Amino acid sequence: MPAYDVMPDIELFQPVSVEDAAELAGRLGEKGWLLAGGQDTFGWLKDRAKSPEAMIDLKGIDALKGIRETADGIEIGAFTTITEIAENPIIKTRFNLLASAAAHVASPQIRNMGTLGGNLCQDTRCWYYRRGLSCYRAGGNTCYASGPESMNREHAVFGASRCVAVSPSDTAPALVALEATMIATSANGSREIRAEDFFVGPAVDIVNMTTLQADEILVSVRIPNTWANAEFYFEKVADRNVWDFALVSIATAMKIEGGVIRDARILCGGVECVPRRLTAVENRVVGRPKNDATGDAVAALATVGAEPLHQNQFKIPLMENLVRRALRA
Amino acid sequence: MKHIGKDFTPPDIFGKVTGKAKFAEDFTAEGMVYARLWTSPMPHARVKSLDVSAALAVQGVVGVLTPDDVPQSPAPNGSILTNEPVYVGDPILAIAAVDEKTAEDALGLVKIELEPLPFAVQPTDSLRPNGPTARPEGNIFTREMGELHWNEGEVERFLAGQQPTAKAPIEWQYGDLEAGFDNASVILEESFVTPGYAHMSMEPRSVLSYWENGKCFVYGSTQSQAFIMPFLAPMVGVEPKDLVYVGEYCGGGFGSKISPYPTMALPAHFAKKIGRPVMLRITREEEYYIGSARVGFQGWIKAGFTPDGKVSAVDLYIVQDLGPKRAGGDASSAGGAVSILYQPDAVRLRSVPVMTNTTPRGPQRGPGQNQITAVFEPMMDKAARQLGIDRLEIRRLNAPDSNAKLDADQGPVTSAYMQEALTLGGKRWNWAEKSKRSGKRNGNKVTGIGVGQGYHSAGANGFDGLVRITPDGRIHLHSGVGNLGTYSYASTTRAAAEALKCDWDRCEIVHGDSSLHLPWSSYQAGSNTMFTHTRANWVAATDAVNKMKEIAATTLGGNADDYDIDGERVFQTADAGRNLTYGEAAAKAIELGGKYSGMEPPEDIHAITKLALAGVQGTGLIGVAKDTLPKRGTAPGFAIGFVEIELDLETGKHEIIDYLAVAECGTVVHPQGLAGQLRGGAVWGFGMASLERHVYDPQNGLPANVGFHQCKPPTYMDVPSETDWAATDIPDPDNPVGARGIGEPAMGAATAAVMCALSDALGGHLFNRTPVTPDLIVNHVAGVEQPFGPLDINTI
Repeated sequence: MPAYDVMPDIELFQPVSVEDAAELAGRLGEKGWLLAGGQDTFGWLKDRAKSPEAMIDLKGIDALKGIRETADGIEIGAFTTITEIAENPIIKTRFNLLASAAAHVASPQIRNMGTLGGNLCQDTRCWYYRRGLSCYRAGGNTCYASGPESMNREHAVFGASRCVAVSPSDTAPALVALEATMIATSANGSREIRAEDFFVGPAVDIVNMTTLQADEILVSVRIPNTWANAEFYFEKVADRNVWDFALVSIATAMKIEGGVIRDARILCGGVECVPRRLTAVENRVVGRPKNDATGDAVAALATVGAEPLHQNQFKIPLMENLVRRALRA
Repeated sequence: MKHIGKDFTPPDIFGKVTGKAKFAEDFTAEGMVYARLWTSPMPHARVKSLDVSAALAVQGVVGVLTPDDVPQSPAPNGSILTNEPVYVGDPILAIAAVDEKTAEDALGLVKIELEPLPFAVQPTDSLRPNGPTARPEGNIFTREMGELHWNEGEVERFLAGQQPTAKAPIEWQYGDLEAGFDNASVILEESFVTPGYAHMSMEPRSVLSYWENGKCFVYGSTQSQAFIMPFLAPMVGVEPKDLVYVGEYCGGGFGSKISPYPTMALPAHFAKKIGRPVMLRITREEEYYIGSARVGFQGWIKAGFTPDGKVSAVDLYIVQDLGPKRAGGDASSAGGAVSILYQPDAVRLRSVPVMTNTTPRGPQRGPGQNQITAVFEPMMDKAARQLGIDRLEIRRLNAPDSNAKLDADQGPVTSAYMQEALTLGGKRWNWAEKSKRSGKRNGNKVTGIGVGQGYHSAGANGFDGLVRITPDGRIHLHSGVGNLGTYSYASTTRAAAEALKCDWDRCEIVHGDSSLHLPWSSYQAGSNTMFTHTRANWVAATDAVNKMKEIAATTLGGNADDYDIDGERVFQTADAGRNLTYGEAAAKAIELGGKYSGMEPPEDIHAITKLALAGVQGTGLIGVAKDTLPKRGTAPGFAIGFVEIELDLETGKHEIIDYLAVAECGTVVHPQGLAGQLRGGAVWGFGMASLERHVYDPQNGLPANVGFHQCKPPTYMDVPSETDWAATDIPDPDNPVGARGIGEPAMGAATAAVMCALSDALGGHLFNRTPVTPDLIVNHVAGVEQPFGPLDINTI
């Protein structure tokens, strides 16, 4: 095999407006590649495991950057860096769940370069797929990760459908919890997609992890005030404390009134190809106090239906433990 | 002492801090082209056909190097390029082009037809009846290759963690094992796994080579410097006198860059073929292939303890994962470590060195010693608990002293003060109080306290020193020691300055480039350099001192014995007014010639030192000598780690709260350097205990870990920002400045300490494998069976 780790020649477009970028994206379609912080892109390209003909560099588009207050919440440009999100006072004050999730992404250096859009749209980290093997997700007809001898400690315990890869994003579960919406723009206009619908599993689309089409650009993420100042909990369990992907993460938003939980959004990352919403747990905790007893009572609901692979059974007790921790007073 | 035990600033630090340091890939040469490798995508294969015509047609491509262009070494040695790759990433050919992108594009056009051959990524698969052999020549390597298969029952029994019954090709023993177990009141039997994992040198092993006037120039990345010469010269096809080797900086080798490695000779062969300088920059992924890995262990231990806590007998059985090429020795070293650390009455080591189609293996910091202490030290704790003995105390009462014996031949040591070291550490760390926190719950967190020991032999002898005093009074300390990152190339020269009694600002260290005339040196590995080269520097400086005295006597009258030195002058002790400055003595040396100016080399110095001497003769007063000082046994290096962790039972994660390293390495020569070794070793040790991984997919022989983010060495966020250290600082009698080495035990102690602390936090549960990752903890706490057998590898 070749040595890799060297960029191929690639045509580079550097638009300065969303309109121009969208026009390029439409024209190039599958042959084009959107470049933001490059933290996912350059690995693919230098390994020559993906070979787009042209790259659309979004760095020059100011409209994609920054955090703005809107009438009913905030809007975050997709090119806003993870560090900016982790440190933004508005996000820290009202939507600290996202700030906390952002602070757990990768490493400080990667957070400085990486963007929110990139963190949400990054491809899965299944090592078989990343190696360039011709698996289902790469257009082939097998999955190397699901066999009895496979190295699948980091893979899915829910939602497998031929492919058992998981979503690697730390911010995705937080944004689903916050009922965020994604704004995707193409030359034909824009559409607003609920975060919960933005991410898709292999049963829906085995080669893409989001509903974003080849001609679309994720331009921003809107967070409504629905969950502003709620009680938040984010925790990421990874082997290392930095520069690592979640084995399992949890992101919760809860509204507590009169000592009991009135509403809750509870999600786990690292267990499915999409952020996994723990609906059964959410339903069960409503009306109960946020305490150990509630945690113990509902934890097992988190993993109903889990189908562990041979190396990732541990994700089941770990998920349940994280639910307990999120519900701890 | 004037210099020993004092901090100083090694000269290479300025380059490292300012970025001016030139590593191999920072060098350029007129007309230089770039080579890139085409490596095997299969774990074992044979090249059936090879077509590079399309690649060679690419504009900017300068040439191709194939296995037919380079010498081939018989199995199990590695070759520069091969037609029979034995692991994923084994280099098959190289293409050179005007830039790397062109070379890479051309590599994409290479057509190689490979015939897949049977492969094994787990030693036990190969040991099965009719199991695949890593090479056609066999599946085991002792002194030569051979083939070994067990019956199914023997394999299954071993994999189940039961006492192995299969014959082992390597066996040694001392003492009466049966009597040792008869005397024991506690007998522990444990199986264990310590998989190998990559060395992960920050600087990939890039090389630049070119030819000029019949000389071959090589700019490389190695731990050693002078030691490279006689081995690299034949690899590139020249005599040592026609080789210039520059290795001024090395961005980490950790055992993987001790000696020249096959790929290191590739640019020289390529440069010769195409007549242009060739730079080969190794990618991060390639570093995981050709950069080697630690030998993996799957094993079984039976250990007996007398009622008073003495280790009476140890029976060790180790299946070694050697990878596909020449490796080994780790298992014997493991037995040696047990023999010295606990001084058992009897030890038996049996070892089965099995080859696999995984990345080639080589020595990695504490090769053997650090795997075995990771599993044996928690067993010491288990025995202590059963016997009702304090865990620090059981180590103290087994600890080696200067009468200690080690290894199969039960040879002596130069000195050992482990009882003192354990006492020192226990006091400094306040073991008596802190050990009471063992098992203390704080919500979902529990405290674990661990103490762990590490050992490696730490000193050689018989190498050369070269000191040159020039008429300007400058003292040139020629160091053939490589700059592997420990600063030993510099700190060992402090012994010469000590012997010369001179100020440090008059000294210049000459190193890093064979054309600067460097004396024969040991390899920079095995924790030996501090002991070995303080001796070599001492004898060379002593030779210079003696010559100054002789010159003074010749010039000023009297006998050499009438003279002494004060760091600036050689003077008559009865009349200090009769003196010569060092510079004047050097000028006289040039005048006198002969041995004084290096014109008459001592007979016993190494050929490499003679080459060096030829380059400096007549330029000053030359002190040159082979180290023939007495050495009465193995010079041991020891370290002890004390650690407190907080283990979160819900997430399986632990935090290191506090760490103390205690060095038992003789006199401290360079405190900052020692601190660096202890701290760096600790970080690595923490990584081995709980993070670093090396996994192969048995389905297709592919490695899952070919990047830092996949192999998971500790980051600065995974370790405490501050750790403490101490040293016994008791001189070794067989070193003129009292020093011994420390590098390898510094890591092993930390691994063992964390393994003990993790076990302690879980009430003494032994995982008997590294690394102990969060999933193991979560499964254990949840009462879920681990998804693998006790001896399985490739589990994470």
